Amino acid sequence: MTAVLDGLFDVLRRLQAIATDFLGSAGRACLFLGSVLAAVPSALARPRLVAQQVYAVGVLSLVIIVVSGTFIGMVLALQGYRTLVGFGAEESLGVFVALVTVRELGPVVTALLFAGRAGSALAAEIGLMRATDQLSGMEMMAVDPVRRVVAPRFVAGFLTMPLLAAIFSVMAIGVAGGHLMGVEVLGVDDGSYWSQIQAQVELKDIWNGVVKSVVFGFVISWIAVYQGYHAAPTSAGVSDATKTTVVLASLATLALDFVLTAFMFEGV
Amino acid sequence: MTASDTLVRIRGLHFRFGPRVIFDGADFDFARGKVTAVMGPSGIGKTTLLRLIGGEFKPQAGTIEVDGTEVARLGRHELFELRKRMGMMFQFGALLTDLSVFDNVAFPLREHTDLPESMIADLVLMKLHAVGLRGARDLYPEECSGGMQRRIAFARAVALDPMLVMYDEPFTGQDPLSLGVLARLVRKLNDALGLTSIIVSHDVAETLDISDYVYLISGGKVVAEGTPQQIRGSPDEGVRQFLEGLADGPVPFHARAIDYATDLLGTAPARRSQGVPA
Repeated sequence: MTAVLDGLFDVLRRLQAIATDFLGSAGRACLFLGSVLAAVPSALARPRLVAQQVYAVGVLSLVIIVVSGTFIGMVLALQGYRTLVGFGAEESLGVFVALVTVRELGPVVTALLFAGRAGSALAAEIGLMRATDQLSGMEMMAVDPVRRVVAPRFVAGFLTMPLLAAIFSVMAIGVAGGHLMGVEVLGVDDGSYWSQIQAQVELKDIWNGVVKSVVFGFVISWIAVYQGYHAAPTSAGVSDATKTTVVLASLATLALDFVLTAFMFEGV
Repeated sequence: MTASDTLVRIRGLHFRFGPRVIFDGADFDFARGKVTAVMGPSGIGKTTLLRLIGGEFKPQAGTIEVDGTEVARLGRHELFELRKRMGMMFQFGALLTDLSVFDNVAFPLREHTDLPESMIADLVLMKLHAVGLRGARDLYPEECSGGMQRRIAFARAVALDPMLVMYDEPFTGQDPLSLGVLARLVRKLNDALGLTSIIVSHDVAETLDISDYVYLISGGKVVAEGTPQQIRGSPDEGVRQFLEGLADGPVPFHARAIDYATDLLGTAPARRSQGVPA
């Protein structure tokens, strides 16, 4: 009996430790976010720093976004055509590809790719700066690393994510993706493809996609800069920060997508 | 030494990382306009001392005053104002890897002054010329050797002509030519610009050659202090061990461990597999 109670208390102690650790990390992350947001105006006052980071996290992510968008558009067209043709509704292929992309796959897949490509790079870069004393060096030169290093990267991530999601959606729906496969290969009428999109896709759908991509961009950038800034100053620490960024950002994207979708379609 | 002669005054310094005691009641006085060396074995807390003076760490007890201001009591803004009057050369340079050599040295000038770019360029080239690297201005840190990176960090540390410059192991990794030049440069710039220099090092000969005063620390305390002549002539066993690089002496060469024979014969398998505490 005593052994059972001891085991139970041991489990409870471990759960308490996990909960305390989680709450402590969440609290530190929120405090860090506060200091980053406070530093955003000073980052915006130095647009060259932000522009450099927009290039690093945005422009350099374009290839993977364009290629992924194109292939996902083609796959959607293939899968959608097979289903729709059974009901004689293949003319609706365009709207199928467009709605799936604009509402879901555009923001979500872009966010997952963004977390893997740009989020990991942000975390690794800041973590390495920590490990090589560059952040301490700035502190000793009376330069706040949160203002000089973190805030411009955070702003850049936050700004580029919606743009990348828009480019992804255009590629998936457009002439190289869904349109190429549906119209040029499978023979769906060109006019029907575009007119159905025009008729069925509402501004609200596009707006919902934009809101999602803004939220994902904010959260992924936050996770990446937090993990990088608080990385242990060792190679294992940087590796851990990079891995945690990708895992947490991907899970956060999928969880937030569910929550946002539930709210957006509450009245439907 | 009067208070006005002392730029950095440390009293009763106690500092620990978790259970590990780094300083256990140490006192230091770093005189204005002088080059003062802090020497001691690796891992003894020399770099930590510089970080304490710079306000990166706060002591658990004791006071650290820089130019009459207690560092630990300063808010972030005041601390940054104080740091603008300090320069620090990190052990491995801590250069910003995404900036060129020129931009690294220009970094503090661009961050803290409104000088026109042409004047910043002149100042940067003067500092780089002083360390012999004017010709390397367009290189990036990864294209420079460890010794070059140290000299670039040196140029950056004095870019704002600070009142206090702290050097963390400035001579490690330098070739003999650069080492001699750098050592003389530390002395020359200190005297020419009226700086106060604190050198943390375990390069005995070069450091003693250019220092006005020397502290030798061990076990969290100052174990010897004096002019280089006094230190060289000290009969103290610990001082002799450090200066002459002897394995046997008050400071053990080996980390604390179980008996060697017991360890090799494998009669303590659990401790061996878990590692032996230092």
